[in-house]
Amino acid sequence: MSFQPVHFYQTGTFTVGNRLLEASERSVQANIERTNSLNSGHRACQGCGEALGARYAIDAAMNAARGRLIAANATGCLEVFSTPYPETSWQIPWIHSLFGNTAAVATGIAAAIKVKKQKGQMGDVRVVAQGGDGGTTDIGFGCLSGMFERNDDVLYICYDNGGYMNTGVQRSSATPPAARTATTMPVGPEPGNQFGQGKFLPAIAMAHEIPYVATATVADLRDLEYKVTKAMGMRGARYIHILVPCPLGWGAASEDTILLARLAKETGIFPVFEAENGEITGNLKIRRKQPVEEYLKRQKRYAHLFGKKPAVATIARLQAAADKNIRKYGLLDQEAN
Amino acid sequence: MEKPFAITLDPGSSLANHTGSWRTSRPVYIDRLPPCNKQCPAGEDIQGWLFHAESGDYESAWRHLTKDNPFPAIMGRVCYHSCESVCNRGQIDEPVGINSVERFLGDEALKLGWKLTPPSSESGKNVLVVGAGPSGMSAAYHLRRLGHSVTVYEAGPLLGGMMRFGIPKYRLPRDILEAEMQRVVELGVKVNLNTKVDNILNTMADGKFDAAFLAVGAHIGKRARIPAGDAAKIVDAISLLRSMEGEEKPMLGRRVVVYGGGNTAIDVARTAKRMGAEPLIVYRRTRAAMPAHDFEMEEALQEGIMVKWLSTITQADESSLTIEKMALDETGFPQPTGEFETIEADSLVLALGQDVDLGLLEGVPGLEVKDGVVKVAPNMMTGHPGIFAGGDMVPAERNVTVGIGHGKQAARHIDAWLRGEEHVPAVQHEVANFEKLNTWYYADAPKTVRPMLDIIRRQSTFDEVQGGLDESTALFEARRCLSCGNCFECDNCYGVCPDNAVIKLGPGKRFQFNYDYCKGCGMCVAECPCGAIKMEAEEI
Ligand SMILES: Cc1cc2nc3c(=O)[nH]c(=O)nc-3n(C[C@H](O)[C@H](O)[C@H](O)COP(=O)(O)OP(=O)(O)OC[C@H]3O[C@@H](n4cnc5c(N)ncnc54)[C@H](O)[C@@H]3O)c2cc1C
Ligand SMILES: Cc1ncc(C[n+]2csc(CCOP(=O)(O)OP(=O)(O)O)c2C)c(N)n1
Ligand code: SF4
Ligand code: SF4
Ligand code: SF4
Ligand SMILES: [Mg+2]
Repeated sequence: MSFQPVHFYQTGTFTVGNRLLEASERSVQANIERTNSLNSGHRACQGCGEALGARYAIDAAMNAARGRLIAANATGCLEVFSTPYPETSWQIPWIHSLFGNTAAVATGIAAAIKVKKQKGQMGDVRVVAQGGDGGTTDIGFGCLSGMFERNDDVLYICYDNGGYMNTGVQRSSATPPAARTATTMPVGPEPGNQFGQGKFLPAIAMAHEIPYVATATVADLRDLEYKVTKAMGMRGARYIHILVPCPLGWGAASEDTILLARLAKETGIFPVFEAENGEITGNLKIRRKQPVEEYLKRQKRYAHLFGKKPAVATIARLQAAADKNIRKYGLLDQEAN
Repeated sequence: MEKPFAITLDPGSSLANHTGSWRTSRPVYIDRLPPCNKQCPAGEDIQGWLFHAESGDYESAWRHLTKDNPFPAIMGRVCYHSCESVCNRGQIDEPVGINSVERFLGDEALKLGWKLTPPSSESGKNVLVVGAGPSGMSAAYHLRRLGHSVTVYEAGPLLGGMMRFGIPKYRLPRDILEAEMQRVVELGVKVNLNTKVDNILNTMADGKFDAAFLAVGAHIGKRARIPAGDAAKIVDAISLLRSMEGEEKPMLGRRVVVYGGGNTAIDVARTAKRMGAEPLIVYRRTRAAMPAHDFEMEEALQEGIMVKWLSTITQADESSLTIEKMALDETGFPQPTGEFETIEADSLVLALGQDVDLGLLEGVPGLEVKDGVVKVAPNMMTGHPGIFAGGDMVPAERNVTVGIGHGKQAARHIDAWLRGEEHVPAVQHEVANFEKLNTWYYADAPKTVRPMLDIIRRQSTFDEVQGGLDESTALFEARRCLSCGNCFECDNCYGVCPDNAVIKLGPGKRFQFNYDYCKGCGMCVAECPCGAIKMEAEEI
């Protein structure tokens, strides 16, 4: 069963908090005593979705693990903006791995904890690995697949901003079609990333039939917290893929970060669902369906689609891909249709 | 400190890094003026009292409401609630049922015996109020709360003015009216009933009053020049409605024709219906042009009241009337057609509007009277120093709520005037219009409909037509409010800041920005549901 929104007027569980809800029904982020795992003073851009997503996720994980958590972090924005030697924003035990091996480092930490626990040298401590989409879907993919296949006791969180943002917005295998990056075709009849390339890692993770796979966005905090909490209640390899808009790499206004994440979900471009042991068990329905243009036109990486001669065919292909997601993941309520 | 191999620096925290210096504009918390509050003729802080009602704290809600208007149970029945027509929620689904929650609070207060807050000190000043209608009693309440000694002179035998002698019982039960009036009296307001003021200057001098507020209403029914036979029975609407309050009910006969298109015409027709008559409203223009509120016309039609549109009465006789058909000209104005018809009628009631009896003001220097009403300055003072006026007798829309608003305004100005000062109203905040909201966050919730009395009882008794909400539906309705422009502690700003630059101060204390770290991304502004934050350019 997926996250059940509370229909409790006036804002139910749409807002971060709600003074009308019981304290136990409120979000981790609403709590004055949240960990603030990623503290102020970090050097992320204004309106960074990754910084927000990481605090949302790790605060929820800290809450679920009662503060006993270690994180391994791949190279990428999240590591660079949080921890320029010798200072850090992290308020948890945290280790920087290489760009491509964070899953393996987390596996090692989990193994060490297991041994120490067996020897009675320490109590339970949980392990999280985290990285960007480049570090996860490209260079870190081998280590990650191995971690899945061995069912190591690690929650891996991927913050997907659709590119290698830390090194200047290069294409990754998670870059969406038609989006322009520094390493995609800048001009010509079809600029931007090509269709039919790349990969959707949540589906690949599901193919490993690991205990838990989920997607989330920074626009639906309660759903995100529910998923992290649920994953933390399980053992073995778990994977959460969070869509985190990047104002710099997407060419978007810094205040639009959450709006864009919301539109990605409401258009069907980014399906929000969860799966257990390889089977889909729940999804977050579209509430107010929007055409893909609403999402695309707010981002300069798609500006070439909206020039003097709008790229009608390309937009139609993106719309078709969104519609396919809606069908495939059952994102619309039948009644709402 | 001994450092491990290859380590040369001590570990530090990013808090040393004041990223607030990146900012070019800063978010600031503000209160915007909700459209409902702006619209309310009595100046109620609607969003403010709904905020308390939302959490089920009805007494705080009622106390907050009665700071501006002491009569919520009356308001919840007779106020035309123009607030609802501007409510932002109307652009999402339907407006918040402000008026029905107000009634619930008013009834709850009467049921549980909540009392108004008495003044904390006495000013020693003596203020006269003439007329115990809504405007006069509102002024009495506010003046008393400001510590003044208040005496109300009322010509009639009971409190309430037109709310008692005009508005019928089926819309405003008299126990409700009386209870809310008495609650004001209990604050120590002196009332002299059956005391008509004939000369205001004499009365002020005799009673040693320092100032006066006049609210004598408009009670003289306007007459039309209709040629009438000796035996024709013609009465005016106001006298008729007034006699409904007495022991002897008026004799109208079976076929009652009501002439006019305002709310009074409708109230008379509905009253006649309840007395067993078959009323017919005759109106010169079309339904669309009627000054009456459409919902009242609708309720009358439901009760079986008949209407003849585009008709004038040209002759009245003992048991019949002659009517001339009208037609609209190009400018939309009704013109006679020369086509006549005769209808049976036992009596004719004229509901053509009311004039003000200004007798008590004769000989008062400085007054300016125009179109039958007394001119007042923005501070509600007439041309004669120390004499203020409000309600139906001054140029304004004529309804209960406007009168109550005048009473409140006048009280504040009288209070200042008595101290030789000037009351300067607070500068209004900018309006929280719909564009300022992020409506994504509000749950879908259709309006709660108030129960209506069944039609048979509506046609034959004076029982109240419209019912109230119960606790659960009132709570639901209050929670439909979007809290336009005023923080309702949803924690969004606290949650969505990627820089953890919002400080949560705890329940009821709202939030603060930590400008050491706020980078000015604007996300908190974009995601605040109610528009309670705005960006301001940083001085660089
Ligand atoms: C039939 C009818 C239905 C209405 N329905 C509604 C409605 O549903 N909602 C709404 O908002 N408005 C309604 N109105 C309008 C509303 O009643 C008036 O606008 C409102 O009552 C005006 O308030 P007021 O205090 O100015 O005067 P009033 O209510 O008229 O009160 C004036 C008081 O002054 C007293 N008085 C007059 N002269 C003297 C004197 N010389 N000395 C001492 N006392 C004096 C009178 O006896 C009276 O009690 C209705 C009006 C009518 C006629
Ligand atoms: C083996 C290796 N290759 C290249 C790099 C340079 N590098 C650092 S971060 C990064 C991109 C990170 O992209 P992603 O994982 O998507 O994270 P993001 O910065 O977008 O959050 C690259 C290419 C590196 N650190 N190590
Ligand atoms: S939603 Fe609430 S605050 Fe906004 S206009 Fe309506 S009643 Fe007023
Ligand atoms: S979200 Fe945070 S950083 Fe952005 S403007 Fe608001 S307080 Fe500042
Ligand atoms: S976002 Fe919520 S908590 Fe913050 S100012 Fe707006 S209403 Fe208040
Ligand atoms: Mg990336």
